Amino acid sequence: MGDAIAFYTLAAFILGFAILVISTRDTVHSILFLVLDFLFVAALYVLLGAEFVAVIQVLVYAGGIVVLYLFVVMLVNLKRPPEVYQDPNRRTRMGYALAGAVLVELAAIATWGYVTPPPPAAAPSAMPVTGNTEQVGWLLYTSYLIPFEVASMLLLVAMIGAIVLAKREL
Amino acid sequence: MITPTHYMLLSAALFIIGVVGVLVRRNIIIIFMSIELILNAVNINLVALSNQLQNQVGQVFAIFVIAVAAAEAAVGLGIILAFYRNKETVNIDEMNLMRW
Repeated sequence: MGDAIAFYTLAAFILGFAILVISTRDTVHSILFLVLDFLFVAALYVLLGAEFVAVIQVLVYAGGIVVLYLFVVMLVNLKRPPEVYQDPNRRTRMGYALAGAVLVELAAIATWGYVTPPPPAAAPSAMPVTGNTEQVGWLLYTSYLIPFEVASMLLLVAMIGAIVLAKREL
Repeated sequence: MITPTHYMLLSAALFIIGVVGVLVRRNIIIIFMSIELILNAVNINLVALSNQLQNQVGQVFAIFVIAVAAAEAAVGLGIILAFYRNKETVNIDEMNLMRW
């Protein structure tokens, strides 16, 4: 019962703030709603027992990425609102229709495509640790070591790319 | 009783909101934020199923998704800055340099 109340409250906040993010006129307000949305998603992760992902969500999303967005909004300070000029070929209604099509598709998958998940298997054999963070770290540094290194390489490349792109002249 | 289906429906709704943002808004910064919403929807799915199957691999992949999202945000915002320096706009309707 308590689980259900927590889930529905968090879901209502997540969806409400998400709608505010895409519907607010002011870009800075939109970013602040995005922070709140990320924090509620982190709370949902805690509800799911994934504390480590929740902390990473708060640190990386609500702490890092959002600050990046705020800096960009500050740097490209908009003398005129971005919505003034409108492409005559733009079809907003078509956008809504396509989003509705995606919704119908997802609903169809959810209705007919549901596969009964296998019963919870016994925990992977050699996992000598308990606790969420320890288990995630164990997996990251054993079975998923190579994807982990590839992800670190991706971050390095992205960092260099961002510096090159944002630099005034090379 | 909250089943994984509930989490999948929440994730689908968040995904749709992100899709609407990408397709309808004209401010490219808002479009990037909508992409972050979409990635968050994927993460909710991964973590919910990881909880259901009592298997932490889903959380590992959620962390990879977060890393990719950080890389995407850094490069994308760099592109926005570089573009803004040339054309003084963040309106995607005016970003048609490569359109034939």
